[in-house]
Amino acid sequence: MDATRLISTTEAIDPVFMFIFGACLVLLLGITAAMLIFVVRYHRSRAPQPTSQVEGNLWLEVVWIVLPTLLVLAMFWYGWKEYLVLRTVPPGAMEVTATARMWSWEFSYANGRKSSKLYVPVGTAVKVNLVAADVIHGFFLPAFRVKRDVVPGMPNHAWFVAGTAGSYDLFCSQYCGTGHSAMITTVEALPAGEFEEWLEHDRGGGDKGARIDGEKLVREKGCLGCHSPDGSPGVGPSFKGINGRSTVVITKGTERTITVDDAYLRQSITEPAVDVVKGFQPIMPAFGDLSKEELDAIVQYLEELK
Amino acid sequence: MTTENIQSATQHSFWNDTGKTGISSWIFSTDHKRIGLLYFYSTFGFFLVGVLLGLLIRIELMAPGRTIMGAQTYNALFTVHGVVMIFLFIIPGFQGSFGNLVMPIQIGARDVSFPRLNLFSWWIYMIGAVIVLASLFTGGGPPDTGWTFYVPFSARTGTNVSLAVLGVFVIGFSSILTGLNFVTTIHRLRAEGMTWWRLPLFTWSLYATAWIQILATPILAITLVLVAAERMLGTGLFDPSRGGDPVMYQHLFWIYSHPAVYIMILPAMGVISDIVPVFSRKPIFGYKMIAFSSLAIAAAGSLVWGHHMYTSGMSDTAVLVFSFLTFIVAIPSAIKVFNWVTTLYKGSISLEAPMLFGLSFILLFSIGGLSGLILGAAATDVHVHDTHFVVGHFHYVMFGGTGFAFFAAMHYWLPKFYGRRYAEKPAVVSWALMFTGFNVLYFTMQVLGMQGMPRRYYDYLPEFATLNLVATAGSWILAAGLVIMLVNLFRGLWWGAPFEGNPWGGATLEWSIPTPPPTENFIVEPVVTHGPYDFKGSGIP
Repeated sequence: MDATRLISTTEAIDPVFMFIFGACLVLLLGITAAMLIFVVRYHRSRAPQPTSQVEGNLWLEVVWIVLPTLLVLAMFWYGWKEYLVLRTVPPGAMEVTATARMWSWEFSYANGRKSSKLYVPVGTAVKVNLVAADVIHGFFLPAFRVKRDVVPGMPNHAWFVAGTAGSYDLFCSQYCGTGHSAMITTVEALPAGEFEEWLEHDRGGGDKGARIDGEKLVREKGCLGCHSPDGSPGVGPSFKGINGRSTVVITKGTERTITVDDAYLRQSITEPAVDVVKGFQPIMPAFGDLSKEELDAIVQYLEELK
Repeated sequence: MTTENIQSATQHSFWNDTGKTGISSWIFSTDHKRIGLLYFYSTFGFFLVGVLLGLLIRIELMAPGRTIMGAQTYNALFTVHGVVMIFLFIIPGFQGSFGNLVMPIQIGARDVSFPRLNLFSWWIYMIGAVIVLASLFTGGGPPDTGWTFYVPFSARTGTNVSLAVLGVFVIGFSSILTGLNFVTTIHRLRAEGMTWWRLPLFTWSLYATAWIQILATPILAITLVLVAAERMLGTGLFDPSRGGDPVMYQHLFWIYSHPAVYIMILPAMGVISDIVPVFSRKPIFGYKMIAFSSLAIAAAGSLVWGHHMYTSGMSDTAVLVFSFLTFIVAIPSAIKVFNWVTTLYKGSISLEAPMLFGLSFILLFSIGGLSGLILGAAATDVHVHDTHFVVGHFHYVMFGGTGFAFFAAMHYWLPKFYGRRYAEKPAVVSWALMFTGFNVLYFTMQVLGMQGMPRRYYDYLPEFATLNLVATAGSWILAAGLVIMLVNLFRGLWWGAPFEGNPWGGATLEWSIPTPPPTENFIVEPVVTHGPYDFKGSGIP
């Protein structure tokens, strides 16, 4: 173990906030106080006539050009210097890939483990490689003062280190459509030992024979952002009683009536644009990268959902 | 003044001295004052639409989960709120209404250089506005992209984005033509003796603004055409799988849209620079510095667009340069604030409605500007970018700044053109309510943003619930003040006490002509012998 402790992103950024807020507070109080004092002291009831017709003062102008310039340059430099902390990943950081899609997060680890929450070990720097599957998203960890857009076709990354174990909010910060505000999950910071245990358990997307929970998958993949499980209206058709439902779909511009069955459900997940239910927009992203077991589990869940 | 006298004064004013009446005498008029009022009522009407949408947004955010609408409706609502407020009210509003009403008179001119082009600008604006409105009710429904139309989302959503961007594209021409018209007018039509250093600061600010309108708006037009081409022709310019780049769109969009922020705020600063000296009976402190700082903001403000994109993935070099330039552009704004405050010193201050709105502009703009320093610094911007902090900051500058300056201008100048005025007490009450509600609403938003609540969120975690409720309560106080202000102002303008002569004691030319002004403005061509804030020289006590 390295004897010198990592400076966390929060520890780097917060002093910059304190510095700028402090300076702003002094300026704002000064401006407000001056205005209030002048307004009271020189109110027309006390000062029926102006006692000065001065049109300017070169030295005063010079002072309030030079002083703010120095102040803002200090803010600029301090802000830039600590920004570099956000951009400089410490050596030996653990790498995780975050895939953002409308409207869910998926984190994959070096050993093939996948998760919908970002599990990290306490005290280890984590570099998150950001991959967008469809539109631009934003990877935002308020507790760590970290944010980076997730841009299709562009390699982006962010890093952070959790100092204490706990659960921290992870938000999508770049507007991405109907499910934007539902595209949230958490960072779960575990003590190193517990994290190793978690990472090794259930490696590679599931032990053979273990049953995959379809309901859990539906939640994790973000399906519920559009498809309600209880019949309430959403961006997409509700899941409630979907199997066996007679429904009108649009295939290449022509309407036809079908009955939802196993094959239709599978196709709607992997190639959602082929038959779009009438009255809904063709906006669902394709989930072609599900494993066969995962797809089976989801379809089974849907078929059982009355 | 008796009623008959008012009527005779009105008969010799632009309201009826041409003998033409009816709707066509307005919508085909080339008189800058009539066009100014056309712009005023059309842009201000859209402002009220935007306010209603904003109030609905706040009601939805009053509590977590669904309150009154679904997610798709909410997304359309904040998009339309932004598009209406920015493209239909705040960009065309100041130049179109008060620029047209006041600027030609302030420089001693009969009209603008190209009166028919001026009328054409208003027509283009209305056509664009109708197209934007049509996009709400046709096709796939109102756009749901946010007013920024970011790709790839805007290229793939099923809503009516193409028609909305066409409307904004059309409105852009109106903005460019008004800019051309104003630059030409200020160069060519100044009265004898109206030197550059005798221009009222409102006119100076319109001059700086007009250059931004001419130079920056074409870039927005091109960008919007590219978005439409992306949607309709599948050009792939912003699609990485076809060699395009979504971040390039953001550059193009902000190359216009950041300078556009200065289109929105500069005329407001100009109004304040005119109002503060009048109600202090003292020349503006540092006239030349204020005029120069308008030009400096217009120039430097064109080079800071990248500060909207620190987290986008653009290079760190770009972050360094844009952060530096952003802090540079803060300096001319600071100069203006210091000069306004110093103007009060040793004056004789009268706290009438225009001054109250004007002084609160200084305070609210300062809060907005100072919170902008948090956003300009690279380290701190990363945390608050795309959160409610930005929403609060933007509204402090645009509503607390430009909005309050617009209200100040309404109370200061509209009586001049109607010959009647509002009652003072309700105006002060409405100001106090709006000032209080404003701060409760938007300061709370900034706190929410610091706590990490992202913007454009339909739903939020329980930890943000209390402050969201507070913000919504603030929006109701603000709305109550606005209603009182509107009722009092318009009742006064239409039926109120007479307003004649120069009751505020202004030294600029618009106060030297009859109230309401005649169509010809000046009965004899004016010769200017003193500066715009030389109250002693113009015989004001």
